[in-house]
Amino acid sequence: MTTPAPTKEAAPAPAGERRTARQLSRQVMGEAGIGIALLALVLIFTLAAPKFATSDNLTNIATEITLNTMLAVGMTFVILVGGIDLSVGSVMALSGVVAGEVLTSTSLSTPVAVLLTVLIAAAVGMACGFVNGFVSERWRVPSFIVTLGMLNVARGAALEYTDAKTLYDFPPGFSHFGTSTLLGIPSLFWIALVMAVIGHLVLTRTVFGRLVFAIGANEEAVRLSGHRTSIIKVAVFVIAGFAVGIAAVTYMARLNIASPTIGSGYELSAIAAVVIGGASLSGGKGSMIGTLLGACLLGVLTNGLLLMGVSDFQRQMITGVVIMVAVVVDHYRGKLAARMPQKAAAG
Amino acid sequence: MSGHDEAVPAVLEAAGIGKTFPGVKALDGVRVDLRAGEVHALLGENGAGKSTLVRILAGIQPPDTGTMRLGGEPYAPKDAAAAMKAGVQVVHQELNLLPNLTVAENLFFQRLPRRYGLVDRRTLNRRAQDLLDEVGLDVRPHTKVERLGIAQMQLLEIARTLWQDCRVLVMDEPTATLTSRETERLFEVIRRVTARGTAVLYISHHLEEVFEIGDRMTVFRNGRHVVTKNLADTDTAEVIRLMVGRDLAQEYPPYVSRPPGDELLRAEDLHPRGGSPVSFALHAGEVVGVAGLVGSGRTETVRALFGADHHDGGHVYVKGRRVRIRTPRDAVRHGISLLTEDRKGQGLVLDMPVAANVTLAATGKVSRGGLLKRGEEDAYAHRAVERLGIRTPGIRTAVRTLSGGNQQKVVLGRWLLAGTDVLVVDEPTRGIDVGARYEIHQQLTDLASAGKALLVVSSDLPELMGICDRILVFSRGRIAGEVAREDFDNSRILALAYSGYVTQTPVADPVPGPAAEPTPGPDPVADPTPDPDPAPVPALDPVPDTPTDVPTKNGETSS
Repeated sequence: MTTPAPTKEAAPAPAGERRTARQLSRQVMGEAGIGIALLALVLIFTLAAPKFATSDNLTNIATEITLNTMLAVGMTFVILVGGIDLSVGSVMALSGVVAGEVLTSTSLSTPVAVLLTVLIAAAVGMACGFVNGFVSERWRVPSFIVTLGMLNVARGAALEYTDAKTLYDFPPGFSHFGTSTLLGIPSLFWIALVMAVIGHLVLTRTVFGRLVFAIGANEEAVRLSGHRTSIIKVAVFVIAGFAVGIAAVTYMARLNIASPTIGSGYELSAIAAVVIGGASLSGGKGSMIGTLLGACLLGVLTNGLLLMGVSDFQRQMITGVVIMVAVVVDHYRGKLAARMPQKAAAG
Repeated sequence: MSGHDEAVPAVLEAAGIGKTFPGVKALDGVRVDLRAGEVHALLGENGAGKSTLVRILAGIQPPDTGTMRLGGEPYAPKDAAAAMKAGVQVVHQELNLLPNLTVAENLFFQRLPRRYGLVDRRTLNRRAQDLLDEVGLDVRPHTKVERLGIAQMQLLEIARTLWQDCRVLVMDEPTATLTSRETERLFEVIRRVTARGTAVLYISHHLEEVFEIGDRMTVFRNGRHVVTKNLADTDTAEVIRLMVGRDLAQEYPPYVSRPPGDELLRAEDLHPRGGSPVSFALHAGEVVGVAGLVGSGRTETVRALFGADHHDGGHVYVKGRRVRIRTPRDAVRHGISLLTEDRKGQGLVLDMPVAANVTLAATGKVSRGGLLKRGEEDAYAHRAVERLGIRTPGIRTAVRTLSGGNQQKVVLGRWLLAGTDVLVVDEPTRGIDVGARYEIHQQLTDLASAGKALLVVSSDLPELMGICDRILVFSRGRIAGEVAREDFDNSRILALAYSGYVTQTPVADPVPGPAAEPTPGPDPVADPTPDPDPAPVPALDPVPDTPTDVPTKNGETSS
């Protein structure tokens, strides 16, 4: 569902068939649509690339999409209020190197050091997110511009902080966790899933989530209903920053390094996942489930094309086309949604 | 009017027009014929199919069945541009202007005068000036449209159709945002257009206007043609009966005298930014009207009271206690609510369900520790639907699909749930059809009877006189006077409304004491203070000491 009403499916369905049919078609056009596209893609690759549907490869895909899923979860909040965060890739690098510095230089025992690392990475991400949100709210600057600034600031800070050097030599227990699996699924991907689930619950079951959707759809109405919209709009950037911090630690755990040059372009993949997931860049429309499916779709596409032997360059082109198609489909979905009320209003 | 001979040929004839949307028959074989030089009113409740017909005439949607003839020739426009080219011009209810372009550019957007491939600005501005003079709109051609007030934009939208070949002019609720004076001006334009032989199809909920300007009328009900007849042969009561399909006693519930209770709210020298300080008080059980021209400070004052816009000082007392109101949040916490005139833009989250909209100002009541309690939310929403008689398929229906009247009830339900004692209602029934209007008035009256205090801002004087206990009349940013119910009188209120613009005392402090009776012109409407009018378009800037920034950010302050 892309509507803000999370339990719309559970509606008492009072007006009979017509309504149900409409809901169904909305669903088909919404998350279900992405789900179907994803299944179709999986089917195609299963037939075209023999190695695709092996458990090893699926684990591979899960590993590949972990980071993007985490970033996209945070990005979903930002996009739902009608904002955008272009700084996530750079902030990820900054969080990583600050936390990595602590992890390599501390003499604490491994578990404590790791905990500290996570806290510091999250804190750096949230601080950058706060600055993004605060500046754009306080001075009414579009978040596009503010986060574009942060993209440069964070990247520069990361390079300055490390003198452009890569940090490595993390405790063995740390990197071991990065490659471990649970029930056949990489531990790190579990974390991404948990983040998505929590994000979904926050969006659908809390007042905060309700207001996030409402602000994206009509901020003035929310303000005039007596809510402090600014606080919520800053909070979504802090949430995005938190997700970035966790993603930074994930990166370190997986590759055993922290580098000031990582993460460039990650913001665009995250935005793509959210948009493919059915969110509207003008806010108020989208869902965490859609985002998760969007991230999966991108991951499956990349992996499948790779297995089919499609070159790197061609793969980029195809990914680009998929994003465009998603936006076009979204456009028609918007039209469909716009036409439905008219029908009802006419009666 | 209505002196038209039956033999006048029809400019536009539409017959058997049908349009079905999945599940809904919007139009069921309707007909309408427009004669050259007539003003033909198209009447019907919301949902009667008027707008669908407009879209068909404008070429936006094709009809499923039926034929149309324009000047005897078959007329089947394939898109809006084709319709315009054929001479059918439509002024839509919602504004279609480009805010970043100038007035002149908007006027001639379809065909900018060119010279050597570049826009010929001089010709453009000259032609624009002629058109602006014609509609009596006092703005400069090179002003950016975003700086205009809503009423001015509306007139501009109308001016835009005038230079084009115009055999049929369709106007969908053209006066919704206009004051009576601007409406007069619009009527002059309409008379000029019809004198040239253009047929005007006029859609409005304001029956008084329809009787003033119209020659014939066609009534639709539930997508069907009910009747076409001369307006001279009918009256308001009959028209309402035809539209609603049943007898509707009146537009306003019977007035019940309520003894005013304790003072709930008092504003002292409340100073809206760019306005003048005003003072007033509201008591429990009172419905207090706020009348005045567009731009007279009505909306600015109530928005300042609610903390929606910044204000420059003044004190507000709630139940005798002084409170600080700087944001809407402060206002809501002190039991004050605001039902904005722009329901869709500032009141409702259209794509969200009825339930979420009802509970938006009372999220604390439907949650524990930030977690939504679905069951409680639904219970509250059901109660609001029941209590206010909101007609909706269910509480999970998006409010976008509801009619204007039901949307207004959703907003009302929100504030009742929030438990506010003082309700400030800006234009409670704008764009709402007759049947629903009565219900809204009934609801407002009931709320007063239940001990709430209501402050009702409206451009519709009969509405204020129908439901209010007393009326504060704003003129040029100040309260020019207060009229008690027993003294309600159209011309008296209008005289007060115009008083600030008529007496030109720019430097000396004019402050008319409350109930002062300044210069009651014999007929204030027909008294538009000729050319050296001190403030020709009140929407512009009623206050001499704020030079620039009055017409505003949300484009809304002007009413």
